[in-house]
Amino acid sequence: MGAHGGVLQEEPRIAQGPRSLRELFVTFARIGVSGFGGVNFWMRRVLVQQKGWLTDQEYLEGFAMGQLVPGPNVYNLTVMIGHRFGGWRGALLAVAGLIGPPLVIVLSLGALYQSFGGTPIVQRALGGMGAVAAGLILANGVSLAAALPRRARPWVLLLAAFFGMGVMRWPFIYVMGALGPLAIALAWMRPEA
Amino acid sequence: MSDLGAFFLHFLLLCSMAIGGLSVVMPDMYRYVVDERALVTPRQFADVYALGQAAPGPNALWVPLVGLQAAGWPGAIAATIAVFLPATLFSLVAVTLHARSENSRLALAVRRGLAPVALGFMFASGWVLLRSAEHGWQGYALAFAATLAVLFTRLNPLVLLAGGALAGISGLI
Repeated sequence: MGAHGGVLQEEPRIAQGPRSLRELFVTFARIGVSGFGGVNFWMRRVLVQQKGWLTDQEYLEGFAMGQLVPGPNVYNLTVMIGHRFGGWRGALLAVAGLIGPPLVIVLSLGALYQSFGGTPIVQRALGGMGAVAAGLILANGVSLAAALPRRARPWVLLLAAFFGMGVMRWPFIYVMGALGPLAIALAWMRPEA
Repeated sequence: MSDLGAFFLHFLLLCSMAIGGLSVVMPDMYRYVVDERALVTPRQFADVYALGQAAPGPNALWVPLVGLQAAGWPGAIAATIAVFLPATLFSLVAVTLHARSENSRLALAVRRGLAPVALGFMFASGWVLLRSAEHGWQGYALAFAATLAVLFTRLNPLVLLAGGALAGISGLI
């Protein structure tokens, strides 16, 4: 597989994809229900290391693509991988496997929350979990921010975005409408700055 | 327009612009359902977000829970469609265009340019969530400890969430 072979390109390959659409569905269903605390880790482990459907290089390229598309990254990646191995039907079956069973579980939890969410012990437990969940987002942000170039521009944009959405609580569409085109235009004109 | 229709369109629009993941638009979802429409309390928003993180599957599943809390089962269905329909369509479009454009100058400019903006939104999400639960200083300390634990240990996030639940039940925060 050449360095330019993206996750989505049909190329001769030694590794084989799923033998059937059923295997595609079952594999993603397995990834979905084992993905506690984020699916990404399990997806790479199953698809690259256990099944050998993708190389690491292909997985990373697909992941980068998934980040360019609006929506949840691992979900986007699942659509792309499903499409590669089974066209439209493959894409739909892969995402049905990925989110179907977890959706049932999470909505059941939601229904339980509506009945018992007000009880003091549940409130205290969720209070602690909420603080940890906020910490998880911040940690994710810190590790991603560590990869930003040590130059002023990205950090100014980061602070402006945080200020507009986090501090001022302005609507997303205004903040993104102001910062998004500016950020893309700057990166287009002076990619190195 | 009905409340449910307006809710659906707002979430659909946000999710269609969520480059970098849903944490990018979470502050605006909060603004809409909590501040503007008062369909969900700040505490409920933080609670269902935490529930979504504790359940298996993609992290994005907290959004259907916000929908459930905001407008019952129709809200849950509307939120689910709002999250996954645009993501599916855009991904399929990206698949079709991919071979030519992944390393094009425009794709590169979008990726590099938006990365810091998306990060700023992500920090805003963490901040909004932290504020919404109305913790005392102990809550902030716990969030900070969780941040450090993720950055410097290999602990599974689920272990940390369970630790948070225990800290809450035992009255530490």
